Amino acid sequence: MKIYIRSTAAISAQKTFGYVPFLTEPIEYTGTRLSAIEPDYKDFVDPKLARRMSRIIKMGVAAAMQCLKDAGIEMPGAIITGTALGCQEDTVSFLTRIIELQEEMLPPTAFIQSTHNTVAAQIALMLKCHNYNNTFVHKGISFESALLDAIMLLKEGDANEILVGGTEEMTDTAFKILTRLGLYKRWPLSNFELYNTKSKGTIGGEGAVFFLLNDKPSTENLAELVSTKTFYKPKSNADIEKQIEAFLAKNNLTIQDIDLIITGKNGDLKNDAVYEALDGSLFANSSKAYYKHLCGEYPTSMSFALWLASNVIKRGEVPAVVADGEIKNKSPKKVLIYNHYQNSYHSLMLLSAC
Amino acid sequence: MNEPVYIAGVGIITAIGNNVAENLAAFQQEKAGMGDITLLNTIHRGNLPVAEVKLGNEALAQLAGISSKLSRTKLLSLVAAREALNDAAIPGFADLRSGFVSANTVGGMDKSEDFFVDFLNDNDKGKLRNVFDHECGSMTEVVGDQLGISDYMTTISTACSSSANAIFYGARLIKNDILDVVIAGGVDALAKFTLNGFNTLMILDKEYCKPFDDHREGLNLGEGAGYVVLVSDKVAKTLNKPLCCTLSGYNNSNDAYHQTASSPDGTGSYMAMQGALSKAGLQPSDIDYINLHGTGTPNNDSAEGTAITRLFGPDYPPMSSTKSFTGHTLGASGGVEAVFSVLAVKHGLIYPNLRFKTPMEDVPLTPETHYLEGQPIKNVLSNSFGFGGNCTSLIFSAV
Repeated sequence: MKIYIRSTAAISAQKTFGYVPFLTEPIEYTGTRLSAIEPDYKDFVDPKLARRMSRIIKMGVAAAMQCLKDAGIEMPGAIITGTALGCQEDTVSFLTRIIELQEEMLPPTAFIQSTHNTVAAQIALMLKCHNYNNTFVHKGISFESALLDAIMLLKEGDANEILVGGTEEMTDTAFKILTRLGLYKRWPLSNFELYNTKSKGTIGGEGAVFFLLNDKPSTENLAELVSTKTFYKPKSNADIEKQIEAFLAKNNLTIQDIDLIITGKNGDLKNDAVYEALDGSLFANSSKAYYKHLCGEYPTSMSFALWLASNVIKRGEVPAVVADGEIKNKSPKKVLIYNHYQNSYHSLMLLSAC
Repeated sequence: MNEPVYIAGVGIITAIGNNVAENLAAFQQEKAGMGDITLLNTIHRGNLPVAEVKLGNEALAQLAGISSKLSRTKLLSLVAAREALNDAAIPGFADLRSGFVSANTVGGMDKSEDFFVDFLNDNDKGKLRNVFDHECGSMTEVVGDQLGISDYMTTISTACSSSANAIFYGARLIKNDILDVVIAGGVDALAKFTLNGFNTLMILDKEYCKPFDDHREGLNLGEGAGYVVLVSDKVAKTLNKPLCCTLSGYNNSNDAYHQTASSPDGTGSYMAMQGALSKAGLQPSDIDYINLHGTGTPNNDSAEGTAITRLFGPDYPPMSSTKSFTGHTLGASGGVEAVFSVLAVKHGLIYPNLRFKTPMEDVPLTPETHYLEGQPIKNVLSNSFGFGGNCTSLIFSAV
């Protein structure tokens, strides 16, 4: 069975949402935190409802609705989301009130909306969609787990036209804590300089990206999602290479067949060492792209990479802003995405032109 | 894809016992796990009963064999997951493709609550070791590492249906030939966050809960963990002991009615139960026992009861809510109740629904109120419904 990406919609720190040029006007940020550019929500959510919603819910719902609209689908066969930290704004807000009000006279709204499945639930509620609904919350493979669920549902024949997405919001609280934990650089820098500082830490990001997957061939499809794989805590760089080669071999491909590799470089020395080792070996002769200077680092950023890959294939062009070195094939047909999350969770996705 | 998936072992920890044997003994003695709050530092102590696991973190850590400084969520999870894996006793486990699919709703919130008190005063304060590992996925990861899981781990969070979804996602990983063995279920520890959250919704009973009773006033929160070990047909043939049962049916449907309330006619519950029956190729009359979601809130029990009436009426199988023993363990409840359902099939048991006196006026169903042994039980239906309209039903069937 072949699985296709019928449509995708992304809300990110770049102009990616709606009918916009393909990353030709990248936005420069100075600092260590990239915030998503939020659309006018009134096209997607009743303003009365929107006032009570946190940003992750609004971003998630808007991206999901745009994705369905682009696919011409009114009722998806399943709604599946991935988010590592979930509805942080509401969680922090309720936790703060518990402490400040000493557990008395607490308003319930923040608690109600704090559950990790709120985005998927709100989409179902707005569509009156009674179909399969699931939410994965596993660190750097939250979105990958959701995607695997969607792929299995299609293969099992239990659902079609599956809406699957990755969402994450960055709150002031999370940014402060993650900065203290040393995830981000200690001084402000331009996101365009992310890969040039050779230093510890990255920049934080957020976003909501949705996809509509089905098994129907159509000229409207963006790309074929050929295969995905995750692996956990590899023993060495050689082990990583072996995993990638085995993944390609399982799909009857070698690295020479891949026109473009999108990697998860994020400017952190230790993080990028894994990719640089590959640049000197398995990826030595490949054309490469990176994306985290555009959307920032966050646990479901692979959804942004998948949005990028789908568009690269459909539009037949590689935006200059993502090129990591020379791009030999200007309109790639086969794209491999490889990302790792703190060298624990490694993720591969393979896309092909339809 | 259509090969059966078997359950080879179970593990559990709840307010009524720290392992399978203790939980079964509590059912036999009809002894509930609720009591006053002793572990949480909260103003609700003495006012709201909860169903605490009867071990402090030090004792739990000793049982689990990991540090007592870790979140209680991890400690509970490891105790139950390890019992399940030991119970399954799978020959050559290390050489099989193994996975751990666990669910929870608030991760390491017990530790984050401590962190936040200092952090709120000064954003540069608060011990980072209490917060760095807060996220739900970290609970799964620490336990998975301890169990020696190398191939795949993930975490599901769909409120109170979380671990039922984890169990059938695990089964599908086997059916899709991605894994051979999956330990699946879920965990949640009591936290001030959830206690206050449910309290603001005014659905906590100040007395011990009375599921499906006309005078029910709400739920009691509980804590715990429950896991089943799912194995492929191929692995099943290598076991040196009898299988517990199969996971024959499952379904996830959404009520799509309200973020927290169930629709009056229980649309989502009805679809989940019906979908699970259809997946298993069974008729309602084939079900020998229903382990109800049965939280004890007016809304849930009325909606679930209505859905059961529509699907099963007028001939009802025995049914009961084991939450009358364990309290509502939230993200763990689907796992905890899956373990009870598996044991019901394995040992021919029906558990009592404690404190039931008067059938609900709108849906007059009568749950079983006594502990029954030696019952001819082939198929058990287990319901788990949650916030966000997430409704999941599982069916466990004798081999």
